[in-house]
Amino acid sequence: MAEKTKLKGAPGEGDATAATAGAGASEFARGEELPRAQSPARQFLKKFLRRKTAVAGFVFIVLMLVIAVIGPSVVPYDPNQYDYSALLSGPTAAHIWGTDEFGRDVFSRLVAGTQLSLGTALTASVIGTAAGVVFGLIAGFCGGLVDAFIMRVCDVMFAFPGILLAIAVVAIIGPGLTNVMIGVAVFTVPSFARIIRGAVLEVRSELYVEAARSVGCSSRRIMFVHILPGTMQALIVNFTMNVGGAILSASSLSFLGFGASVTQPEWGAMLSQSRNYLATAPHLVLFPGLLIFLTVLAFNLFGDGLRDTLDPKLN
Amino acid sequence: MGRYFLKRMLSMIPLFFVISIVVFLFIHLIPGDAARMIAGKNATGGDIELIRQQLGLDKPLLRQYLDYMGGLFTGNLGMSYKNSQTVWSLLVPRFPITIYLTICSITWSALIGIFLGVVSAINRGKALDLVGMVVAISGLSIPSFWLGLELMQLFSVALGWLPTGGVDDWRGYIMPSLAMGAGIMAILARVTRSSMIENLGKDYIRTARAKGLPESKVIMRHAFKNSSIDVVTVAALQIGALIAGSVVIETVFSIPGMGRLLVDSINYRDYQVVQALIMFFSLEYMVINLLADVLYGVINPRVRFD
Repeated sequence: MAEKTKLKGAPGEGDATAATAGAGASEFARGEELPRAQSPARQFLKKFLRRKTAVAGFVFIVLMLVIAVIGPSVVPYDPNQYDYSALLSGPTAAHIWGTDEFGRDVFSRLVAGTQLSLGTALTASVIGTAAGVVFGLIAGFCGGLVDAFIMRVCDVMFAFPGILLAIAVVAIIGPGLTNVMIGVAVFTVPSFARIIRGAVLEVRSELYVEAARSVGCSSRRIMFVHILPGTMQALIVNFTMNVGGAILSASSLSFLGFGASVTQPEWGAMLSQSRNYLATAPHLVLFPGLLIFLTVLAFNLFGDGLRDTLDPKLN
Repeated sequence: MGRYFLKRMLSMIPLFFVISIVVFLFIHLIPGDAARMIAGKNATGGDIELIRQQLGLDKPLLRQYLDYMGGLFTGNLGMSYKNSQTVWSLLVPRFPITIYLTICSITWSALIGIFLGVVSAINRGKALDLVGMVVAISGLSIPSFWLGLELMQLFSVALGWLPTGGVDDWRGYIMPSLAMGAGIMAILARVTRSSMIENLGKDYIRTARAKGLPESKVIMRHAFKNSSIDVVTVAALQIGALIAGSVVIETVFSIPGMGRLLVDSINYRDYQVVQALIMFFSLEYMVINLLADVLYGVINPRVRFD
């Protein structure tokens, strides 16, 4: 150790310097630990936690997911229970967010509807993203004619403005929440196919992919085991951003009467019913809309935070 | 410039044909038989056959497509079963309403969005930036139909200043365009801000400042001019969302435009009208993208020579 320290010392320095340096090194070894390399997950967490709005968004999303899971079993009233003695009542102690035109408790309906509204948007996003990822991977990995074909199909899908494509799908297969889910999933596909294709083209020429190919990995293995993890960053950020948009689209379609039926406590459908009571019961418009707004806002803030945390240019 | 414009126009032709095929196939993609769906549950076999003949569904597929394309260029888009009118006569009075609504929305959202973006960028990290970005992310997250209903609640029901629906005069356009443009305003504010911040950090800005140019000129003539390329690109992409947004907003405010007609026609299974409207919205989107491409070429001359 002393010899090592001596070697590091400046030329011409005497033994005294070496001894001091040696003592310093042993002190360093005793008292202070060398700085540890942080794991990427810890680094990410540290950076993410610095973004307060993103953390708030994340907490709200977790809260909504918990409500979606346990909500229907803990609501104070049955969401479809009529109470003709309290029609269109404003917020009271018994009904904290008031009642609707059939005396149904708005709070209970909104809590119970979280599963429906969030479930529709999340499922649509997952299906659309999964299909987009597969097409994007195939297009980026195969290149040539396959790539050209998939990308031209995406171009055609892009020629129909977002929600219009979903409306067209619903017009073909009929109204209903499942069909809305399919409609929203369909217009999610091309954007993810394009994003993932771009990400694949970036990582395709990396050395580790070449190594995988040279040891004889199959195309499927290279695509899913070696290339897909490289595109995860782009995927996670865009997925989070997409969920907010999917909530807006699905609730818009339900608002138009193409999604949930009038009896289902879906947020958009509830707003659609409530517009007839703007003058007499403004709370019917306020609470469902506010819940959609806050949930979408939470996903957008969380998505923004994730993007900024993962973007090396911003760190 | 003319050559560039022509090139862009020509590149739209194949896309137009592909879109026309997809929209044409729309009626054939309906599960079961479109004629049976239109005729309803109580229709006899003769009724269904008559509708099939009227729709031309008894002809070979290629013949049907050629007839459809012929109709598209001559304005013969078929008959509306619900209204017993030609589809064309249904579309004509509604067209200017939707276009006017779209123009009002994009105008205010572009002006306010770009202004917010510029102000946020030059006050980066300060209170004004925070306010601008809170407005932007809220605009991005707010459901347009809810914003419309809340505006109606405030300005029509509570204050009585504006009509609750319809577009009898210019006042009828105020709330619908506000609700429709909020999302685009938010996106434009965010894009303008990030693009301005990027440009303000570049060397040519330092040079402009070093040669003693007033800050307002540095911002508007140098930074903003270059940022406008990104802003136009994003604005064009967002017009699609605006067109689709008209479907929701026209329903909220009972505006007799193309979007409202689409919703009604889907509900009444008036497929000829639905088909014509989907074609119209796609063409409108295509034309706007073409105009954006041309504008892009005007702002950034390099694009023209690629």
